Amino acid sequence: MLESVTVVGEGGRRILDRVSCQFPLCGVSVVLGPSGAGKTTLLRVCNRLEVPSEGRVLLGGRDLAALDPLALRRRVGMIFQRPVLFAETVRDNLEVARKARMLGPGSLDQDRSDPAELLEVLAVAGLDDTFLDRDADQLSGGEAQRVCLARALLTRPSLLLMDEPTSSLDPANSEVIERLARTLVDTGVGVVWVTHDLHQADRLAEQALVLVDGKVASLDEATAFIERGRGRPDA
Amino acid sequence: MPEPGIGWTGLAASLVLVAVAVGLSFAQRLRLEGPILQASSRAAIQLLLVGWALQLVLRPDQPVVWAFTWVVAMVVFAAFTVRRRAPEVPAAFSIALVATAAVAIVSLGVIFGFGVFPLEGRAVVPLAGMMIGNSMTSEVLAARRIVAELRDKRPEVEARLALGYPWRSAAAPYVRDALRTALVPQIEATKAVGLVILPGAMTGLILAGVDPFDAVVVQLAIMYLVLGSVATSVTVVGVGLTRRLFTPDHRLVRLARPAP
Repeated sequence: MLESVTVVGEGGRRILDRVSCQFPLCGVSVVLGPSGAGKTTLLRVCNRLEVPSEGRVLLGGRDLAALDPLALRRRVGMIFQRPVLFAETVRDNLEVARKARMLGPGSLDQDRSDPAELLEVLAVAGLDDTFLDRDADQLSGGEAQRVCLARALLTRPSLLLMDEPTSSLDPANSEVIERLARTLVDTGVGVVWVTHDLHQADRLAEQALVLVDGKVASLDEATAFIERGRGRPDA
Repeated sequence: MPEPGIGWTGLAASLVLVAVAVGLSFAQRLRLEGPILQASSRAAIQLLLVGWALQLVLRPDQPVVWAFTWVVAMVVFAAFTVRRRAPEVPAAFSIALVATAAVAIVSLGVIFGFGVFPLEGRAVVPLAGMMIGNSMTSEVLAARRIVAELRDKRPEVEARLALGYPWRSAAAPYVRDALRTALVPQIEATKAVGLVILPGAMTGLILAGVDPFDAVVVQLAIMYLVLGSVATSVTVVGVGLTRRLFTPDHRLVRLARPAP
């Protein structure tokens, strides 16, 4: 839940301007808005990669500022707009996340690699066993994003923030990621999905927040903005 | 020992080569005549002043504390130089000050603690100068590489932070790369020594009439000390700067690009 959150960027620009909203911790919530509306920043304040200049963010009734940021980030996973993979193989990528979970309390005794667990998250992300030893930089965009998803799941998040996860993918791969998000919701993981695509928002949203220019706006305003943006060659 | 001084005539004769450089620059229209003359005269003024001051500090009847005061001044000046050469690095002055001071303490501690050289002003100042000078160059390189690496790899660093890694672990692979980059030139220089470069201390000692073998032994000791000093300073910069680039709640700060 965001309470009157303002984020001031470089040069004093208000990236988010007194945004208040509430996302349920289950189901898919969509944040819709044109480019530059502050959607990414809104996600980033939810797992404290950024902190609000004013206002506060609450998770399950507790102020994020009072929580351990590392424990919070393991609980609130993040998928970035462009898939970010680390060097070497898919397995190495997954191990990075598994080790992150081991940093948490009460998990010292499990500090052993368990291939079954890695294969399980790959399967959830729709990738078969052969991917485990594939080179991370040889993957297609869609495969890379799915590995990112599998990686995020290894910290066992209860909420997943997805920042335009399909914007660099073709329609077929986008559909796969959308379907995966819904599958996750069925297993009890909440998803906050950021998009500038009205149709995608329509397909996914159980609840939606519309942002224009850093402020909460009506759906009509966002539609007008996005339609106008389509006329531009760079949109 | 033969008289090592070359006298004013000797110095004047060496200016012939500066004249050659100026002439070449003019003939090739490099337009570097001004800078060459400026650099040569600046070096002359600086070194003559330093020589005069050193004469005062290093007189055998002077207490060695003056030599150490000189070292402190060198450390501070080195930190200023690092800040000037790495303007995009936050808190460059204080980090370089700590790193260079660490180098001075560790290297002089080893040198005089183990009695490698006698504890005299004429040993303290030039040895400290070599350690500090080499460390300063590596500090600039290390600091700039760390900032560039974390800035360019920001998505990866933030992906690690987003998985719940503390800043130190999230930054480690990238800082490690940067520190390697800063250390490799010193290791390469150590390897090439004697084959390509006859290093300064050795050249100076041979010119001063010391037996070449004795000069080599001194030079070897100095090279090892320099290698150790550079490793020390680069490590201190790595730890200090990385800490400075993250907030206490594990966020990567905004990093500036260097001015073109």
